[in-house]
Parts: sequence; C-alpha cells; structure tokens
Amino acid sequence: MAAGVAAWLPFARAAAIGWMPVANLPMPVAPAGKNKRQDEMIILNVSGRRFETWRNTLDRYPDTLLGSSEKEFFYNEETKEYFFDRDPDVFRSVLNFYRTGKLHYPRYECISSYDEELAFFGIISEIIGDCCYEEYKDRKRENAERLMDDQEDNKDAKPPNMTCRETMWRAFENPHTSTMALVFYYVTGFFIAVSVITNVVETVPCGTSPNQKEVPCGERYTVAFFCMDTACVMIFTVEYLMRLFAAPSRYRFMRSVMSIIDVVAILPYYIGLVMTDNEDVSGAFVTLRVFRVFRIFKFSRHSQGLRILGYTLKSCASELGFLLFSLTMAIIIFATVMFYAEKGSSSSKFTSIPASFWYTIVTMTTLGYGDMVPKTIAGKIFGSICSLSGVLVIALPVPVIVSNFSRIYHQNQRADKRRAQKMQKARLARIRISKQGTSNAFLHSKRNGLFSEAPEFTQLPYKMNLSEQSSTEEDQRLNKSTSLLESQHHHLLHCLEKTTNHEFVDQQYYQQSYLEAGLQNYPSRSPSLSSRDGVSGTCCTRRSKKQHAPLQNASGPAHMQPLTQVHAHPRGLQELSTIHIQPLSTSRSSLNMRVDEPASLNCQSSQITTAIISIPTPPVTTSDGDAHLRAGPAHQNVVKVSAL
Amino acid sequence: MGALMVIFSIQPKERRKTTGRLNDSVEDELELSTVRHRPEGLEQLEARTRFSRKELQILYRGFKNECPSGIVNEETFKDIYAQFFPQGESSTYAHFLFNAFDTDHNGSLSFEDFVMGLSILLRGTIQEKLNWAFNLYDINKDGYITKEEMLDIMKAIYDMMGKCTYPILKEDTPRQHVEVFFQKMDKNKDGVVTIDEFIDCCQNDENIMRSMHLFENVL
Repeated sequence: MAAGVAAWLPFARAAAIGWMPVANLPMPVAPAGKNKRQDEMIILNVSGRRFETWRNTLDRYPDTLLGSSEKEFFYNEETKEYFFDRDPDVFRSVLNFYRTGKLHYPRYECISSYDEELAFFGIISEIIGDCCYEEYKDRKRENAERLMDDQEDNKDAKPPNMTCRETMWRAFENPHTSTMALVFYYVTGFFIAVSVITNVVETVPCGTSPNQKEVPCGERYTVAFFCMDTACVMIFTVEYLMRLFAAPSRYRFMRSVMSIIDVVAILPYYIGLVMTDNEDVSGAFVTLRVFRVFRIFKFSRHSQGLRILGYTLKSCASELGFLLFSLTMAIIIFATVMFYAEKGSSSSKFTSIPASFWYTIVTMTTLGYGDMVPKTIAGKIFGSICSLSGVLVIALPVPVIVSNFSRIYHQNQRADKRRAQKMQKARLARIRISKQGTSNAFLHSKRNGLFSEAPEFTQLPYKMNLSEQSSTEEDQRLNKSTSLLESQHHHLLHCLEKTTNHEFVDQQYYQQSYLEAGLQNYPSRSPSLSSRDGVSGTCCTRRSKKQHAPLQNASGPAHMQPLTQVHAHPRGLQELSTIHIQPLSTSRSSLNMRVDEPASLNCQSSQITTAIISIPTPPVTTSDGDAHLRAGPAHQNVVKVSAL
Repeated sequence: MGALMVIFSIQPKERRKTTGRLNDSVEDELELSTVRHRPEGLEQLEARTRFSRKELQILYRGFKNECPSGIVNEETFKDIYAQFFPQGESSTYAHFLFNAFDTDHNGSLSFEDFVMGLSILLRGTIQEKLNWAFNLYDINKDGYITKEEMLDIMKAIYDMMGKCTYPILKEDTPRQHVEVFFQKMDKNKDGVVTIDEFIDCCQNDENIMRSMHLFENVL
C-alpha cells in the first residue's frame, strides 16, 4: 500500500459500515490495534545529523529497513535513538521517500554511492519517481559502460579449458588476446591493402606496346599480377575457412555481413579460374572484376569507425529515405518544368523528361557541369529556382544524419538502445509486481492471517492448549509479516468478502474453477480455500457443506494433479504452489469473457511460484473433538465475542 | 503575395485570442486547485465532532499529507479508495461514498466533511450510523431506497470484488442479493424502503447490530 494512503485506512474502514446492513453474514473480528504506540516520534541519528519523524511514517513501507524490525538492530539504548553510520545527505532522499511516497535522485550525487545507500535501506531503485528516473538510468548506464570498458581492457586472463575452436574464435574476434592473433590481424590487413592496391595499379597505363597503344599495367605484366592476385585470394580463402571452422554458430556466421563481404571478395577469382577458357563470357568475367573492390570492405573488421559509419547509415535509414524521397520529388517536378520550358528552343539538349533529370540533379546538388544549359528565359528562371531549392532540400536532412552519427558514435552501440527499451519494460513489470504484493499479501495472509487474531480471543480451554502447542516460529513469521496496517487492511477486505459472500481467490484458482464450472454445473471443488472460513454459528447448512469438502478433496486430486501438488502435512495443512497473481481491475462486464481465460491454463509449464500457501484443512467443530485449528474457533468467536 | 501575408498574419492573432480565453480558463482551474482550504480551528472541530484533540491532530496530518491543498476532489478520492481494493473496480462505490460524505454537495471533500463523516461512523450512536448508511444507499436523497438504487449500490460493492472470486460471480448475484435485502427490509412490501423500515429492521437484526460496533477502535 502506498504511503499516504495509509492515513486513509481508518476512513476506508469506517466507510465499510456502509456494507453492514447489506451483508448476510457476520463480520470477522477486527484486529486489535496497538493504539498507544501509533503517535510516537522516532529520532534517527545519521552520522550526527538528527532526523525526526513519526513512527507511522516509517511503518508505511514495512519491507524496507526503516519500516521493519530490522531497525531495532541500530537502536541505541542510552540516547534512545536509532543511529546509522551512513551518509546524511543521501539519507534525506531516503527519508523523503517515506514522507511523500516518491523517491528522488539528486543530480549531484554519485550514482554508485546512491545505489549503495538504497541497497542498505532496502529500497529498490525502480520506484524512483518519473521526474528523476531518466537521469538515474542514464547515469547508471554510463557508469556501467565505463566499468565494462575498464574490464575489457583488463581482460587478460584466458579462461582455461577452452577448446581449440573457441580459442581460434576468440583470437579472431579480439586480436589483442594473443600474439598469434595480433600477427594474423596485421597480416590479413596487409594483404587486403596489397590486393586493393594491385587492383588499382592494374589499370594504370604503363608503357607502350609495339603498336603505339597505351596498355594498362595489368596486361603488360599479366603473370606478376596474376600471382599477386592468387596469393591474396589464397590468404583470404584460408582466413574465411578458418573463421567458418571456429564460428560457434556456423549458420549465423554465414549469414553475417562480414562473411558475405568475404565471399563476394574472393568469388570473382574462382569464377574467373573456371571461365578462363571460354572466350564468349570473357566480357562478363571482366565485369566480375569489379567485385574485387569489395575487398576494401574487409577493412571494416579492422576499423571501429567504419563499423560505426555502417551502423549510422542503418539507423538513419528513415532520414536517408526521406532525403531520397524528397529529392526524387523535386527532381521530377523540376525536370518536367524545365522540359516544357525548354521545349520551344531549338537544338535544346532537353530532349525528354528523363533527359532533364540529369540537368536537375546536377543543378540541385550545385555541381553545375554545364553540359546542359537552359537557353530560354523561362528555362533560366526555373533553373535558378531549381538550384536554390536544391540547396534547401539537401541541407535539411543532412544535419539529422550528422547528429545521428555523432550520437551513435558517443553511445557506441545500437544495442544499448534496445537494451534500454527492455529495461523500461522490465522496470514497469517490476513495479507492477511490487504492487501486486498487496493482493498477494492479502491472499497469503488470508490463509495465515486469522492465526494472529485468534489467540487474543481464545476463551475455550482447548484453544489455550493449542496456542501453546503452536510452533513459535510460525507465530513469529506471521507477526513479522503483517504489520498492524496490513492486518487492518486485510480485515477490511475480509469484511467485503463477507458482505458479498464471495471470496477473493488468485488467478489460477479462478481459472480452475471456471473450467470446473464449465465441465460440471456444480462447482464442487474448491478445496481448502473456502473450507476455512465461512463457518458461522447461524448457517448450519453451509458448515456441513464445507465439511464435505475435504473428503472430496482427498478423493479428487486427480483433477488437480497437473496443476498443483497437494501434500498431506502432519499438522493437517495442505500446501499449494501457486502461480503469480495479476491484479485485475476489471469491470463486471468482463465476467462474461470466458473464452480467453482457459487458454492460459497451461500452468504445468509455468514454473513461477511466488508463494507456498499453507491452507488449513477445514475447521472441524468442537463437537468432533478434533482440536486441529484455531481458524475454526475464530469464527465461533464471531458469535461469542459480541460488542467490543 | 501581399494578400497572403496579410491573411497569415491575421490568423495567429485570432488564435491567440482563443488561446487567451483558454489560458484564462486554465488559470481559473489552476486557481481553484491551488486554493488552500484551511479548516476551522481545532476547538470548533472538537466541539462539533466526537473526536479528541489528539485524534483530530492525527487525522488532519494524514489528510493533509495526502491532499496538501486541503480538499479532495472526486478523482483523487477514487484513486485513494482504489488502493485499498487492488483486485476489483472500486470507482463506482467510491463515487457513492463521495456523495455520502460530501454533505454540502459542492463536489469536493474538505477536512470538515471528512471528519464529520468519520465522527458519525466511528463515534456515533447506532441510530446515526444507520441513518448514514441509509443516506449512502439513497442515491437521489429522496428518502426512499428503491430497488434500482439498491441494485446500483450492490453492483458497486460486487465490482470491488473483481473477477477472481470463489464462487464465481454470476450476472444476477447482485440482483439476488437485492431481493434478499428487500425481503428483509421492506415490511409493507411497497417496493421501497423508508428510513423507519430500515432502522427498525436493522435494530432487530443481531448480525447487523454487532457489526455496527466493529470499527469503533479504528482510531
């Protein structure tokens, strides 16, 4: 339950009087309050700075250090205050969280010291308010990256027992790990450079042949160039095969961009080898040589900047697309206009609209080759408008791309953004789960809660025996788990159950009973849940019906087997492992939606167990003489213990 | 071209005027919400309610903590109430409750309303409590509880249970409950329950009498 709302609990309980005339069943007993302690001031001494607050304020969050009994460890008897040897500045935020219900992150604070304080006081960082959460997450991410970078630099230790394959892969991916890897890295880099230079020099004209024609070096020194090419391709092939061998997932490796570049870089050579004798396709063979230039992309394994550029282009795909689209639009418009403007003039180069495209592009990008020039006045006017607008259209998306590049360069990874999105969802999920704690807590304490009330009202002798027999650990556990506020809240919910004569159950149980109701008209199951309460002094028929429940249960776990496990406990308690509960704030119209629910009933596969709930077997009445549980008599107390 | 410029320059001014009006109303709203409502003094409240000074102090601190402006409007009220019933849909019942507390019907709950209501509920006589309950059920405050009004209230209460209940909530469960209620309360079978019938009947019912005392130790 949230902070300030605790103050309204008395109001909500008082308003419950509105249910009373409507209810048909008697209400459960209210938990006794330790009233006198409520209005107490607590002094918290944090490294000398004294903070004072009400005890209530701290009790709002019972699962933190200050809200639970854990703070008793820090109690100083002489000075009658709680002393914490922590940072008083950060403690301000922590205490304000109790007061206002919102946790703020002060900007001047170091992120790791803040995290430590939160961890010390038992507060999860997900509940930082929205006003400060972005800042907090950014700082945290930065810090984590910095730490990770440091770690990577220090990552010298090689984990032992790596197979040859893993070693090789590691060497390929991270050349700094061993000398061999570094050597390999530089050798491949060298050969890439050699190959590219060879391709370039091949086309330079050097010397003349006897028939006075300039020949490129490639044709003059064919053998030399062929040997160079062969050597490079052999190295690349060997490298590719080795990477393929070392890759942990070969299929994934083959699909990766780098491997495709590798393949494209060496294929032309092999195709050339195969096709060398066939003169007809030599033209195609020559074209294939173009692909050899792709070898230069192999450098991207060696250069971080190239990779970032690639990422940028990928991430700016939408801006690039917009740029292209707007350019295309402008080109078509202006080309059309120029064509019709220049149609009149003679010997015009603007022979068709596609022919005008060239002029428009050259003008818009302010190149202005001058091979196509408008001659009419209208053409010149539109030409100038074209060049002015070209500047605008191109200048607009470019800064976006530039800023994108700079952002990515600083962030360094596109994967970080994806991780952040997942974190956001995870954060919301965590907050939701912690809020679900309320409904979970109620259902949980429904099973156990009455135990804490009963001992105070015991009047019958056998009950006294029972309370002595009860294990102290269970009592302690229960006392610890429900603060006064919680027990009052649960009492309120319990009253509501009584008013409507229905019980709160968890999602899984509800789905079960839906199925059952579908199968048989009479929802007979429901084992132990309902059997515990609902026993009233006046409703005999109901009581007897409940008594039959355990018998059914004993015989009918067959249904339940796939979903729950029922163990017979020596003390007569049955334990069900439950799946976690979704808080449903659904209106009654959703009651009609039966169709979807049973679909998710594959509880067998879902392994989430949030609570092992101890469910007492149905209370046996005193007439049976079976002094099992205190739960039963608690209800009988409703009959006996009258006006308080 | 000049005409175009003139037209463009005119339009923003008009928009500014309308946004100006909007701004005024927004400012009005802001003013309303920042109105600080100060409750009357501790002595007067002590005299008018049955709470002691200390209890009033505790109540006010909690109240002001949650609503620093000193008044609660219906939305906030519904939010607060919803926190207590995480599994169900409590806004309808919260709406009825709000109307029951808001005795002067000005759309907001001040601390006085709050404390007067609590005084009746926690420290009042049985008669007063039953009176309050009757007032809650009588939605249109005409002195009679009709079946429709009761059905609305009943549905609101069942809404708070939510979907996951055992036994499963059926469509006509509230209606049946209303029938039971009317059978018990409506002595002359005229289809409405008057305040006297209500009080008489409740006073004769042991369960109800007992449960009226249930929350006395709340503070």
